[in-house]
Amino acid sequence: MDFVPITDQDKNEMLKFLGIKRVDELFDLSIPDEVRMDRSLNLPAGISEHELLRELEGIAKENVSLSDHVSFLGGGVYDHFIPKVVESLISLPEFYSPYTPYQAEVSQGVLQSLFEYQSMVSELTGLEVANASLYDGATSLAEAALLAHDITKKNEVIVSEAVHPEYREVLKNYARGLDITIKTIPLKNGQTDISALEDMVSDDSSCVIIQHPNFFGCLEDMERIGDILDRYPTLFIASIDPLSLGLLKAPASFGVDVVIGEGQSLGNKINFGGPNLGIFACRKDYIRRVPGRLVSSTTDTLGRTGYVLTLQTREQHIRRERATSNITTSEVLNAIAAAIYLSYLGPEGITEVAYQCLQKAHYAHDKLSEISYLEPFSDTPFFKEFAFKSERSVHEINERLFNEGIIGGLNIDRWYGQYPNTVLFCVTEKRTRDEIDRLAAIMEAI
Amino acid sequence: METIFDISRPGAKAYSLPPLDVPGKPIGDLTPASLLRDEAPCLPEVSEGEIARHYTNLSNMNFAIDTTFYPLGSCTMKYNPKVNEAIASLSGFSNIHPYQDESQVQGALKLMYELAQWLAEIGGFKKVSLQPAAGAQGELTGMAMIRAYHKKNGNPRSKVIIPDSAHGTNPATAAMLGYKVVTVPSDELGGVDVRSLEGLLDEEVAAIFLTNPNTLGIFDKNVVKINEMVHSVGALSYCDGANLNAILGKSRPGDMGFDVLQFNLHKTFSTPHGGGGPGSGPVGVNEMLEPFLPVPLIEKDEAVGAYFLNYERPLSIGKMKAFYGNFGVIVKAYCYIRSLGAEGLSHVSDIAVLNANYLKTKLEEAYILPYDVPCMHEFVLSAERQKRQGVKARDIVKRLLDFNIHPPTIYFPLIVDEALMVEPTETESKETLDRFADVMRQIAEEAVENPEVILTAPHNTPVSRLNEAEAARHPRLKWQKD
Ligand SMILES: Cc1ncc(COP(=O)(O)O)c(C=O)c1O
Repeated sequence: MDFVPITDQDKNEMLKFLGIKRVDELFDLSIPDEVRMDRSLNLPAGISEHELLRELEGIAKENVSLSDHVSFLGGGVYDHFIPKVVESLISLPEFYSPYTPYQAEVSQGVLQSLFEYQSMVSELTGLEVANASLYDGATSLAEAALLAHDITKKNEVIVSEAVHPEYREVLKNYARGLDITIKTIPLKNGQTDISALEDMVSDDSSCVIIQHPNFFGCLEDMERIGDILDRYPTLFIASIDPLSLGLLKAPASFGVDVVIGEGQSLGNKINFGGPNLGIFACRKDYIRRVPGRLVSSTTDTLGRTGYVLTLQTREQHIRRERATSNITTSEVLNAIAAAIYLSYLGPEGITEVAYQCLQKAHYAHDKLSEISYLEPFSDTPFFKEFAFKSERSVHEINERLFNEGIIGGLNIDRWYGQYPNTVLFCVTEKRTRDEIDRLAAIMEAI
Repeated sequence: METIFDISRPGAKAYSLPPLDVPGKPIGDLTPASLLRDEAPCLPEVSEGEIARHYTNLSNMNFAIDTTFYPLGSCTMKYNPKVNEAIASLSGFSNIHPYQDESQVQGALKLMYELAQWLAEIGGFKKVSLQPAAGAQGELTGMAMIRAYHKKNGNPRSKVIIPDSAHGTNPATAAMLGYKVVTVPSDELGGVDVRSLEGLLDEEVAAIFLTNPNTLGIFDKNVVKINEMVHSVGALSYCDGANLNAILGKSRPGDMGFDVLQFNLHKTFSTPHGGGGPGSGPVGVNEMLEPFLPVPLIEKDEAVGAYFLNYERPLSIGKMKAFYGNFGVIVKAYCYIRSLGAEGLSHVSDIAVLNANYLKTKLEEAYILPYDVPCMHEFVLSAERQKRQGVKARDIVKRLLDFNIHPPTIYFPLIVDEALMVEPTETESKETLDRFADVMRQIAEEAVENPEVILTAPHNTPVSRLNEAEAARHPRLKWQKD
């Protein structure tokens, strides 16, 4: 199978037209002998569609899908319900098979969908400017720090230890060539230690990065942090869970300057962690420094409303080494899925999903608190995730759970060596009381 | 078209949820009031049917590879096989969590391990990481490794040499890593000007950033020599792999002397472009850079036959994104390579190059061909003659829309005035190519006889030309009630 429609007869006509005998001559003309391959690629021989399906269905079965198991795993990507209308619409080839909408007149579908996505992100975050997506939450965070560096011309980035550890690793990588120092605010009772933050921040800080709800599921004292940062030229960057914003205040109301987040939970499948959806929104003042694409409404020659990519002078294809970022291909289809999902939820639906996550997570927390070998990691308010310290091996607990069809919580000591045997649970609106009760019962019995 | 906000009506809704089945507590007991919203976010209120109709109608306003010829140079807009979509959405692939125990995701790890091996073979590299999310992130990963390599040897160095024909992501990537960009001009055959390069090379050069075949669709005949020159000052050679579709099974960047390359799975390996992503940009490296690859690397414990995520790599640059890569895209590329095999891939390049040369020859009279050499998978025309007649490249492409053809890439590479960069790909029929050539020649005639019809194009799209200047002056990035 190679999906090539050129028949032998076509080929012969084309070769004749070009005045050559074999296609190989085209390569001979271009590629020096010394680097022409003199053997075939060492790859398995091609197969038919039927064989492919059979083989890949086999590989898929070697994975344990959350579709047949009850999962309490979170930590950045989440098992929320995805309505079929989302899947069905983003499966339209007119959405998934075009490319970047450079030719606006024949890309209004992508452009308007992105405009709607931007509008929804603006509404949720309270910030005027939302871009049309970056790769994922982690790279959005890194790009936000670069924006702060660029705007403030300061070299110090302050990041809470309660920010997703993988996001902090990506930040370190993006800061690699730019003479940026990264300082980490320690934890206190599952939250960012605010007095430590107060000691660390200064006029030399380009930004302070807080995750809310944080990696441990805890809510941060956003009001106090906002008040402190008000006194400095420092940008306040918040990493958020977009679904939590069904209940939680728009971050802009705490003085947050840049909101970033992982948008997977907005109608996108988990996909083993990618593709995801990098959310990026900021205050209008920074509009010319924003990384990635922006869609604006405008009018056509007849005065009709239409949509275009705008402020492209920020971007690499125009500005080259002075661009705000090197990004071009981003996660447009995931952003369209998010727009469709948020339309599906509406104001009432997003509130209800967030409410159910909150209630079910608290129900599970209460249940697990009764287990003698578990101790809550923190007593601060949380949203849909929470951690427990365990006197038993988390690995063994999870093995027992798995035998009963449950995928247990995430062992966080691979990042936080100081907290051995600490397990992070996630409870979304999809979990039922019965599933939570079973989780607790099996763990109780260990 | 109206936005989804315009059709919103209070009380309409699409969502349904089961009733809360746990005892609910007063929300004030759970969450401090200071953190709670006063009112629900103002999202659209619409029924499911309205959503379906709205977005289906929007989708109909797009040109796409499934609806039109899409010879967008540098982007390899080839057909995206349907079976790959179906396979990627199997729950064993689409509904697995990155933090599941390795024992529960052996299929996924195996698939990634094998794809990485296949890409290494295709590119001529020692090892491949599938982590980068797109081509530009692959570039950033590659350059970060180059920087780490130099740093380990005592000096990260300060400059990166980039040809004047390069894609914008190349200089932008170098700058993100703090490098100063030094431009090397192209010679009259479209390759790197070796004499100029010689003068630019010194011990402060960290790397050269080449694209081969380059953005003119030309294979640089001096590539081996260039890489030797670069290596002789201790610098490394990066290859932008965006144009790999031309050389599958024909020539391998690793064998040309490149140290690192990014693959673009959404180009060469047929994964859909999604209206601008998701993509996937794996990086391949030689032995020297292998220790610096991002973590985790997917490896196989041959003793027990199990795959695992290896984080124990002390020289690794660390992570480029959360988790392991755009797995949903990776599955489709795996399916593609598995379907085609070595022979199929080689045939892909045969026909991609044949189609491009055929079209080039058909168009070289109607348009100026600034580099009159055999091309690989794409070629660049110039509309300079038409510009003198009063229509520019940007007008010509609008006229193409009238014929239901997606335009070529324009104004890139920058070294060609009024550039039209045409990449037909191997999945287009001779009839399609002939029709495109006819239409392009007709437009060249119209430029002489009836430029007005070009200047007022497009004539039957959902909107006519849009006021981009107005958008840039007063960007309106979100919906507002009037
Ligand atoms: C030559 C070249 N290099 C790099 C890129 C960047 O790749 P991506 O869009 O996947 O980030 C592109 C395409 O946009 C390209 O054409």
